[in-house]
Amino acid sequence: MNPALDIEAAIERMAQSLHGLLKRQPVMVGIHTGGVWVAGRLHRKLGLADPLGTLDISFYRDDFTRIGMNPQVKASNLPVAIDDRHVILVDDVLHTGRTIRAALNEIFDYGRPASVTLAVLIERPGRELPIEAQVVGEHVKLAARQHAKLVGGPDKLELTIQETGG
Amino acid sequence: MTQGLQFDSQGRLKHFLTIEGLSRRTILEILDTAESFISVGQREIKKVPLLRGKTVVNLFFEASTRTRTTFEIAAKRLSADVINLAISTSSTSKGETLLDTVRNLEAMHTELFVVRHSLAGAAHLIASHVPPHVHIINAGDGAHAHPTQAMLDVFTIRSHKGEFEKLKVAIVGDILHSRVARSQIQALNALGAAEVRVIAPKTLLPTAVERLRVVPYSDMRRGLEDVDVIMMLRLQRERMRGALIPSEQEYFRVYGLTPERLARAKPDAIVMHPGPMNRGLEIDSAVADGSQSVILPQVTNGIAVRMAIMALILGPPAEVRPAARRGTRATA
Repeated sequence: MNPALDIEAAIERMAQSLHGLLKRQPVMVGIHTGGVWVAGRLHRKLGLADPLGTLDISFYRDDFTRIGMNPQVKASNLPVAIDDRHVILVDDVLHTGRTIRAALNEIFDYGRPASVTLAVLIERPGRELPIEAQVVGEHVKLAARQHAKLVGGPDKLELTIQETGG
Repeated sequence: MTQGLQFDSQGRLKHFLTIEGLSRRTILEILDTAESFISVGQREIKKVPLLRGKTVVNLFFEASTRTRTTFEIAAKRLSADVINLAISTSSTSKGETLLDTVRNLEAMHTELFVVRHSLAGAAHLIASHVPPHVHIINAGDGAHAHPTQAMLDVFTIRSHKGEFEKLKVAIVGDILHSRVARSQIQALNALGAAEVRVIAPKTLLPTAVERLRVVPYSDMRRGLEDVDVIMMLRLQRERMRGALIPSEQEYFRVYGLTPERLARAKPDAIVMHPGPMNRGLEIDSAVADGSQSVILPQVTNGIAVRMAIMALILGPPAEVRPAARRGTRATA
């Protein structure tokens, strides 16, 4: 566990890592909810020209038949065409990889990007799909029963670790 | 009885048969969910994979191009497989009963039936005979209910007018025989509309109409005074043969929505119609095509609202759903 995780420093490291991509004029897309908060910070730090896109992957989840509709779905919004664009996909926590899989499916329903770079604030163990982040703010070791969640956004970001039981 | 049928043991929607008895919370949950589906229709690929692998049968015992089409589009946008059956030309005309028809389709592993029937209670009857994994949506039954139409109507009102508490809404036309009006009144009252008026000749108003929690008017001009929303109803021409109204010309002269009558309502009032319209009978073309008309947005909204209802009722079985819903995202 990283009890004293400095989120601002982690976001700054992400921004540094993403700097090399600026020449490709990337489009940044955050995944609701925590990913949008992190993407908002990165978008400002990098001074990207195109507006920030947002994705809510609720309609693309692979567990809909088990958990049903998320009652607080936020509409996805990709304000620019992503065909042939380089996309930076941002999320808060990379855990099983299923959210990212859903996000990739959704992105491809909007168009065919030239490339997708995955940038996450926190990477933790527990991958269930072959998905890897190219940019990571912080590697965090967590047990399977622990659940990391970004809270307090968009202004005061804080990572909470909850014991999920089982 | 409907309440027990419509909800599962956890109090969640299992079938969608009527607005009657739905709480404000349930109605708002449907409207909020529909809101998020609006954006799907604005994408280049108007499809999400939510109901991939599910089969939806549009079981229409009564013709309706518009309603059937919007249900079909809604199901297809959710990636379901859709089968359309116009039963009047099929098995029931050969003597097969309604329930036999449904049982046969059920045996083909159908998860959802969208049912329209000319008899009140048909969708309820089917819902009470299907196994737990099969869901029913009422797409209009006799003069009883048309709940998805009412939901798309209140969705359209909310998107143009915001909250309901200050709204005066007038429903104009054949209140007596209209399943649309009945469901609209129930939805508007559940949402706390300030005032629901019904405007019709006395022959087309139910007796003791006030029990529906509406204010009746027979004078069109007075009834439209200061209203925020005007919901016109389609007039069935057979009502004229039944001598409930004198003639088309006379009805239009007294109850037709013309620009002059519309001017009695608030300047920003919206005009709605469930379609198909009888131009020159219940509504003037200048109003139907005018700037205050939201009749075409109603049709567009109908797809999102029907997507929301399908997604909500085809969610998980009751035993796993409530616990899982506590988190906003189960996977990361």
